[in-house]
Order: sequence, then C-alpha cells, then structure tokens
Amino acid sequence: MPELVSIISAWSIPLIIFIILFYGFFKKVNIYETFTEGAREGISTTLSIFPYLLAMIIAIKLIQVSGLIDLLVNLFKPISKILNIPQEVFPLMFLRPLSGSGSLSYTAFLLQEYGPDSFIGKLASTIQGSTETTFYVLAVYFGAVGIKKYRYSLLVGLLTDIVGFMAAIFICRLLFL
Amino acid sequence: MINILWFLFIVFSFLVAALNGRMEQISPAIFQAITDTVNLFLALIGPMAFWLGIMNIAKKSKLTDLIASLLRPIIKLIFPDIPENDPASGAIVMNITANILGLGNAATPLGIKAMQELQRLNNNSTKASFAMCTLLAINTAGLTLIPATIISLRAASGSEDPGIILFTTIFATLFSTITALIFDKFFRLISS
Repeated sequence: MPELVSIISAWSIPLIIFIILFYGFFKKVNIYETFTEGAREGISTTLSIFPYLLAMIIAIKLIQVSGLIDLLVNLFKPISKILNIPQEVFPLMFLRPLSGSGSLSYTAFLLQEYGPDSFIGKLASTIQGSTETTFYVLAVYFGAVGIKKYRYSLLVGLLTDIVGFMAAIFICRLLFL
Repeated sequence: MINILWFLFIVFSFLVAALNGRMEQISPAIFQAITDTVNLFLALIGPMAFWLGIMNIAKKSKLTDLIASLLRPIIKLIFPDIPENDPASGAIVMNITANILGLGNAATPLGIKAMQELQRLNNNSTKASFAMCTLLAINTAGLTLIPATIISLRAASGSEDPGIILFTTIFATLFSTITALIFDKFFRLISS
C-alpha cells in the first residue's frame, strides 16, 4: 500500500502538468504567454492575501504563547472525559483548526513520545491527516476575493473539525485497539 | 464576525499572558509572527504563480470545461446555483482534485482560482455567496485520499508502516466531508 501511495504521489503532479500543456498545445493555445499571464495573476493574488495572513498568524501566535490555548484545553477537559477522548490527543482538537504548523509539530512530538506505531501515534496521525486548518483556509480563500461577511462558514468549518476528530477516534479505536 | 473574533483573540491573549506572567513573551511573539508570515508568503508565492500559470492554460484550452462537463451531475448536485458551462465549475473540480490527490501546494492556488470565479458570479459583493460557503465547507473538511505530509512525517519518525493510517484517514475525511455538506445545506436552508 505505501508503495502505491508513493507511486501515485510521484506521478500525479508531472502527469497533470503534462496533460494540461499537451492539451493546450494541441488546441493551439499560446502556452508560454498564457502561462506567464496566469503566473502574474498568481503573484498579485498572493500579495493581496498577505495582510489577511499577517492578521491571522499574529492572533494565533498570541493565543499559543500567552497560554490561552492551554487554558482552553484545561477548561474543556471534563467534556473530553465524558466523550472518552484520549487525553494525549485532546490538545490537537484546539490546535488543528488554528495552526497547521502548530498541530503538525504537536503530532511530531506525540509520534516521538509514544512511537509512530503506538495507538496514540496512529490516532494522532489520522487526526492530523484528516482535518484542515479551518482558520487559515477561511482567511486565505475569503481574503483573496475581498469577502468580509463569512455567513456560517466558520461555524460549518469548526463543526466539521469536531466531527472529523470524533470520526478519527472512532475508526482508530475500531481498527487499532 | 471575523472582526469580533480577531479582537477577542488578541484581547484574551493579552489578559491571559498578564495573568500567567508571560508578558515578556508577547512582543517577541508578534515579531516572530511577522517573520513567519513573510516566510509563508515566500513559500506560497512560487506555487501560486506556477499553478495559476498552468491553470490559465487549462482554462484557455477549455480543458477545465471538458473536465467539468464530465462531472456535471455531481457539480450540479453540490453547487446548484452555478450556471451550466460556467468556468467556475472547472476551477472547483481542479481544486477538489488537488485536495483529494494530496497536492498540498496546488490545492490552495486552485481553490483561490475557484473563489475568484465564484466572486465573479457573486457580482463582487463583500458577502460570501452560498456556493463559496459550500466550497469552503469541502476545503475545511480536508477530503483526501493521499495524506502525503503525515505519511512522510511517520516515515521520518521511524514508523514500521507509515501508510497504515491511510484507510483510517480516508474514512475520517470522507465522513467529515459528507457531514460538512449536510451542515452546509442545513445552514443554507435556514439562512435563505
């Protein structure tokens, strides 16, 4: 199975690029000019999301260093006991939607502490692999097109994170315990 | 909403830092965050330019329209308000494909491209359209078939079987994506 994954990983990007270039050339699109035009647009889009990234990363860094995140984790600990969530992975529930690099380094810490092939290691890996950095996605996607009113997007994103988290715990308990 | 949230995040962080006696860590953290943002920006700008360049070819050659037309029934079901034959469908398909294949640095540029197409249909309003909310519901659910980052982290940590979490991850993302779509439909109904 891992071999298949690495084969797919190795082939998918080159194949996608090849197909797009080949099809464009075949359809008589000026692929060189079209590429550079799109790339220029990519640069201006990245510039336009910078302020949103900055605002969000500052807030998330402050939550982490101030100890606010630890406070939240401790505050919700009784709930995690009721829901029977393993204590070791519980902080991931708060870190994951906020910070991709923060939750990845916490997962790396768990893999080192308990071993990647332990139950906690497999569970943390599943959680990390199966959820997204909701705040980052919202800030970048909406920021890029100038949306100020998010409607219910944040709520849906966070509810989904909880569902994904619980689904990961459920399936890991079923298969790995 | 994000306005209030940002304010609360920062004010509570200051308060908690003061109570924890961590005030001296606050300004280094702010400057660290600035550096982190610049680094993220630098990491993002190359893939953004590259993938939007490639995507521009796919769009001009009408390849995205072709792919979108093959998947029309699914798109129509999930995004009922996108007009038929609109380039937005093609961009959405490319974004979801990149997510599923675990092409992390391609998924974001393609997602932004899809958002730009949806913003055109939204008449450049500052309020999110329903289709945008659905696209974000799918993106925040993290649907994937190949969780490449975590598999390489497991391999680097000396795992005997880095790919063993493949099935559990696919199960969890599939489950959360389906619930995300249900939540999205529900909130769309009660807010329209």
